[in-house]
Amino acid sequence: MAQTQVRPLVEDELPQEPKGEWKKYFTFNTDHKVIGIQYLVTSFIFFLIGGALATGVRLELATPEVDFVSRELYNQLFTIHATVMIFLWIVPAGTGAFGNYLLPLLLGCNDMAFPRLNAIAFWMIPPGGVLLMSSFFINEGAAASGWTSYPPLSLMNGKSGELIWILSVLVLGTSSILGAINFLTTIIKMRTPGMKFNNMPLFCWAMFAASILILVSTPVLAGALILLSFDLLAGTSVFNPSGGGDPVVYQHMFWFYSHPAVYIMILPVFGTISEILPVHSRKPIFGYLAIAYSSLAISFLGLIVWAHHMFTSGTPAWLRMFFMIATMVIAVPTGIKVFSWLATIWGGKLRLNSAMLFAMGFVSMFVIGGLSGVMVASVPFDIHVHDTYFVVAHLHYVLFGGSVFGLYASIYHWFPKMTGRMINETWGRIHFVLTLVGFNLCFLPMHYLGLMGMPRRVAEYDPQFATINTICSIGSYILAVSTIPFLVNAVVCWRSGEKAPANPWDGLTLEWTLSSPPPEHNFPTPPVLKTGPYDYGVRERRGSKKRPISKLRASDILSN
Amino acid sequence: MLGGIALTLFCLWFSQNNHLLPVPASANAGAIDSLFNVMLTIALGLFVLVQGVLIYAGIRFRKRPGDDTDGPPIRGNIPLEVLWTSIPAVLVLGISLYSFEIYSEMGGLDPMASGGTLVAHNHGGAAIAATIDEDPATRDLQKRGAKDNTLAYGVGASRGGMSNADLDVDVMGLQYAWLFTYPDTGVLSGELHVPLDKTVQLNIKAQDVLHAFWIPQFRLKQDAIPGQQTSLRFKPVVTGRYPIVCAELCGAYHGAMRAEVVVDSPEDYDTWMASMVAAVDPADKLTLAAAAGDFTEANPQTMSDRNFLKPYSEEMGVNAKTLQGMSHLH
Ligand code: HEM
Ligand SMILES: [Cu+2]
Ligand SMILES: [Cu+2]
Repeated sequence: MAQTQVRPLVEDELPQEPKGEWKKYFTFNTDHKVIGIQYLVTSFIFFLIGGALATGVRLELATPEVDFVSRELYNQLFTIHATVMIFLWIVPAGTGAFGNYLLPLLLGCNDMAFPRLNAIAFWMIPPGGVLLMSSFFINEGAAASGWTSYPPLSLMNGKSGELIWILSVLVLGTSSILGAINFLTTIIKMRTPGMKFNNMPLFCWAMFAASILILVSTPVLAGALILLSFDLLAGTSVFNPSGGGDPVVYQHMFWFYSHPAVYIMILPVFGTISEILPVHSRKPIFGYLAIAYSSLAISFLGLIVWAHHMFTSGTPAWLRMFFMIATMVIAVPTGIKVFSWLATIWGGKLRLNSAMLFAMGFVSMFVIGGLSGVMVASVPFDIHVHDTYFVVAHLHYVLFGGSVFGLYASIYHWFPKMTGRMINETWGRIHFVLTLVGFNLCFLPMHYLGLMGMPRRVAEYDPQFATINTICSIGSYILAVSTIPFLVNAVVCWRSGEKAPANPWDGLTLEWTLSSPPPEHNFPTPPVLKTGPYDYGVRERRGSKKRPISKLRASDILSN
Repeated sequence: MLGGIALTLFCLWFSQNNHLLPVPASANAGAIDSLFNVMLTIALGLFVLVQGVLIYAGIRFRKRPGDDTDGPPIRGNIPLEVLWTSIPAVLVLGISLYSFEIYSEMGGLDPMASGGTLVAHNHGGAAIAATIDEDPATRDLQKRGAKDNTLAYGVGASRGGMSNADLDVDVMGLQYAWLFTYPDTGVLSGELHVPLDKTVQLNIKAQDVLHAFWIPQFRLKQDAIPGQQTSLRFKPVVTGRYPIVCAELCGAYHGAMRAEVVVDSPEDYDTWMASMVAAVDPADKLTLAAAAGDFTEANPQTMSDRNFLKPYSEEMGVNAKTLQGMSHLH
């Protein structure tokens, strides 16, 4: 393998995009890069839809009375909002979009292990999403029992809406399982010769851990939902207490998936953050092995903590204690990651561009969610705040402050690679500031609301909470507005931005050795590595010919 | 450095003097608040550390114009990594132990839980009884009663059998109201009255869907589950009126499903109870029996407060859903 030829790469070699290229994004294409972008654009559209639903929710909550929408519609709004955000935005964007786009490039292979399966997995998303949204237009309205869909309530609201919800989540879950099979196989089998597990980029580790979680837990959700549909349609009583069923069993099955699901949503983002921070700090990642193996630890622990969502439900005391301690322990591998990221940027040469700002914003916001996570893990305290706005605050700090900030960072970071164009940094920074301000204004006060006694999932509330809710709503309007500069920036720069060089950030991972956008079959021959993925600063140290980093070439990364 | 110390002091001060929680009105609320304050102190400390590093790095380690070099190639530091693995581990272990303490103090660890055998069951039961009621006679009674108990869900004593509380109240959650029955007197009310400084045990059921019984001022919450009984136990220590909030999504009017708990002085409580007993009209019994289903079955003594239920009793017999407007009553 020693003497493989690598296509010499010239900095200003910019492939001319043939006309009509865009059409391929609307076809059953098996190129992992096309599929990755299909996932990203589709899920971003659903992010906007989910955001619109959330704005509806906040408009209603701006005042204590029920005035903007009816109570029934309100419940549909937050149910579909959560379902869209989880199953149609964060999961497909984190695993589907970046997993598909990046894994083969980072591993040095030409495509995913099963390209067709990959395309099938993607093409389940749009029908699943359209199906879900269509339920707003049927007579009974959409599902209205929360994204948790607890029976017996979920068996008593409109049957059609609930059935559509179940079908849609089953379709999206299946898509996610197909994706995970592909990721795992690709990571295990398709690494370029010479790339060991212990020197593959950390994003691959994160996807490895997330895929295991998907494979172990998603089938249990599917089982729960199929049984729920029997109760709904055939009148069985698996969960329905009026026929002797046990609704608590559903909760166990649901959370056996849905707690791991939160790690399915955050692990890929942990991965991209571990890629982005070293590049823009110009320093190696700090504690590679600790970050890599903490992902595995998180995915193992993530499987044995589900009942922390049921501390006030039918959970016996000794189980409450077990799940409390197991949950607390997750804070340790999570803390390892956070501290390693901080040590990575410490002493670096930070380029505070949009990608880096969002990545640092991610660390900053995610930590708040992690700290409130440890608080809610404490049983006596959670008994007070469970199902209140405190939990709403917690989950948004991890899911929005964490996953969404991280996804934005990833979009800014790989935008040049994906589109072949640079994105405007000024608008990127404006986007960052608006998002940061809007997000904190919207969600920080919610901690207080929950502590003081405001439950979640209510359309009306005690007038004593009016002022703070109004503040939260204003924050949500800022958040809604903050997407506009991003959208305009992305669309304009994709069409007519400055052309991107192969390696605009001087990154050392393999995707930067290819042109932007990369050629259809990535690497003509399996690339042979000369440097590790995080060897920043090493070159100069070794006294090899000093070259300004802005002139990094493919030959610095690959042997030839 | 000085700034750091000042900041730390501020965090400490803030977390001990925050007004982030409502009045602690039950005997155990104070302990939960202390737990919260401890966790808040630790969280604030870590928060300041992380944000401090981020902001400091963002300013101090910013790339200077014209500097095209890389940073130092530092790949790790084992002692440092051991430190930031072990400190959080010790912290969460500490918080777990502290939470465990408080939970058992609250009576959350029902006897079955710790041992799983009947022996441990009785033993544990006595231990809880000792903290709640020093009267040996009651304790013996409780010991015997505990034998037929099964696992209880919720904070408080065991289900079925005898509770060793001063007052037992049966709670029924239904769309969209809470109903309280006092088994000793058969009084049914839409408002929960409890005497000051007495241990109260709530036996909670749900008629239709899941609800959750929450009194923020008591820091207590427990789901009401159709087909299962759960329980809560507390000792109110501050007189007043506090909201009872439904915290589990139960349908369109979930946000309106509220009631009130009134902590009365013992005299006021007796007066209230007497007035309720006097108001009981046996004729209401039938209507109610039809309406409340298994609720009544569990408490054959059940009678209603006609003042409270009269406008609703007929409707209740027809369809519990029509009760949605009930909450504004009280
Ligand atoms: C330090 C790590 C974390 C800990 C200890 C933790 C702990 C908890 C606990 C105990 C709850 C249940 C609270 C309740 O319902 O009363 C909870 C809820 C939740 N957490 Fe976390 N969490 C952590 C990180 C995360 C992450 C990384 C995510 C997602 C990216 C996440 C997403 C959620 C969501 C969505 C809920 C609410 C689910 C619902 O009821 O709808 N958490 N968390
Ligand atoms: Cu969880
Ligand atoms: Cu409710």
